[in-house]
Amino acid sequence: MAVKVRIPTPLQKLTQDKAEVEIKATSIHHLIQELDKSYPGIKQRICDEQGNLRRFVNVFLNEEDIRFLKKEQTPLKDGDEVSILPAIAGG
Amino acid sequence: MGYVKGLKCRECGKNYPVQAIYVCEYCFGSLEVDYDYDRLKKIVTRKHIESGPKSLWRYKDLLPIDGEPTVGFYSGFTPLVKAKRLAEELGVREIYIKDDSSCHPTLSFKDRVVAVALTKAKELGFDTVACASTGNLANAVAAHGAWAGLNRYIFIPHDLERAKVIGTLIYAPNLIMVRGNYDDVNRLCGEIAAKYRWGFVNINIRPYYAEGSKTFGYEVAEQLGWKTPDHLVCPAASGSLLTKIWKAFNEFHKLGLIDAVKTSLHCAQPEGCSPISDAILSGSEAIRPVKPKTLAKSLAIGNPADGYYARDAVLQSKGTAGIASDQEIVEGIQLLARTEGIFTETAGGVTVAVAKKLIEQGKIKKNQSIVIAITGNGLKTQEAIQSSVTGALEIEPQLKSFEEKVLNSCKS
Repeated sequence: MAVKVRIPTPLQKLTQDKAEVEIKATSIHHLIQELDKSYPGIKQRICDEQGNLRRFVNVFLNEEDIRFLKKEQTPLKDGDEVSILPAIAGG
Repeated sequence: MGYVKGLKCRECGKNYPVQAIYVCEYCFGSLEVDYDYDRLKKIVTRKHIESGPKSLWRYKDLLPIDGEPTVGFYSGFTPLVKAKRLAEELGVREIYIKDDSSCHPTLSFKDRVVAVALTKAKELGFDTVACASTGNLANAVAAHGAWAGLNRYIFIPHDLERAKVIGTLIYAPNLIMVRGNYDDVNRLCGEIAAKYRWGFVNINIRPYYAEGSKTFGYEVAEQLGWKTPDHLVCPAASGSLLTKIWKAFNEFHKLGLIDAVKTSLHCAQPEGCSPISDAILSGSEAIRPVKPKTLAKSLAIGNPADGYYARDAVLQSKGTAGIASDQEIVEGIQLLARTEGIFTETAGGVTVAVAKKLIEQGKIKKNQSIVIAITGNGLKTQEAIQSSVTGALEIEPQLKSFEEKVLNSCKS
């Protein structure tokens, strides 16, 4: 199941400057493991020592924040788009 | 040359040189400007500040620019109004309104942050600036950017108040209305910023932009006669302003300009979008994002980027939080207008309403000094109160009609 993942600027050094990559995964949790296999180091950046997503990392599945879905357990299907973004200020 | 050492991660402390980045490569924590306080201590005195311009740039040395300011020469240094009638009405001794509803040129505190952001964007070599906004930031980037001769791309939710849309379009930027809420706009802008090298004031210019909010706090302290109030009630959307007011007070103390800071900071949010207030009131470790549903569109950020820092500032300062319903927001706007002659927008209604509640709950004592942070102007959110302000009398252009309809029907 191929999923398109948009990579934020601070992580693009790890993806050879690619802003978008394709990954095969069945859930967000699985996606992070797979991302790390293809681009070693990514998991350490976005997850804490316990392996949970850091509090300033936002992950969106097809425009929806995964915290409104099933968080890391959110299932993925073919053609889904995932976006990883740092928290953004504003107003 | 300024007094900036570089950028520093607020989470892991890693240092970075000054550049257009906003997040730590190692832990995704947000970056904050780091100053050389030892050098600052030698030059920043009360006298030095008092002899500066009557704008936010009187605090230039404490802001992250290298050269001279190039934008926002008249922004900031807004009045601190002693609110005698409001204090009487709420049964307390001393209230002040820090009134950024009069900020030049776009009537909100965002003129402060944008003055700093665009000065920095120019220093960093950008010719195009952009932002995601709930309205006030849009107005400010559009206006200051016009003055500075910059290309502007401004992204807003599609359902903003009319005056905030017109008050942006008039400056002829590229205005993009996104079908979604602010959090959707922000996510989209995060993706755009990853692809296009523009100066996004609230994204890659954020560490510098956010520092502009400190001037709100500096001014409160200076205008109170170089001291901080017992209480300050501050509205929160992303939580940045509150965090920076706390930083401003503590910097002033660190530089020996004021005594120890004993201010309690209180967080004001609207019902329907109160993730920071909820976390403070419930003692929850996590700040849970929400889908905003509130009259106070300028505070409708469901996923507040500085939520944790705002929460920490409130707790460190021994402050608390409050939540105002739509009805209370309208009443808050009316109360401030009726007692002090200041017409604030919905965010100000939230702040006034929460201040009133905290006084009624005894969390703010009657003999203590209170500053209410008014961040925007009511002319921009007239939809919110138009059905609550009725009662204009219409008469014929005749003395008789005036006497019949006005003198006989008016109370006093």
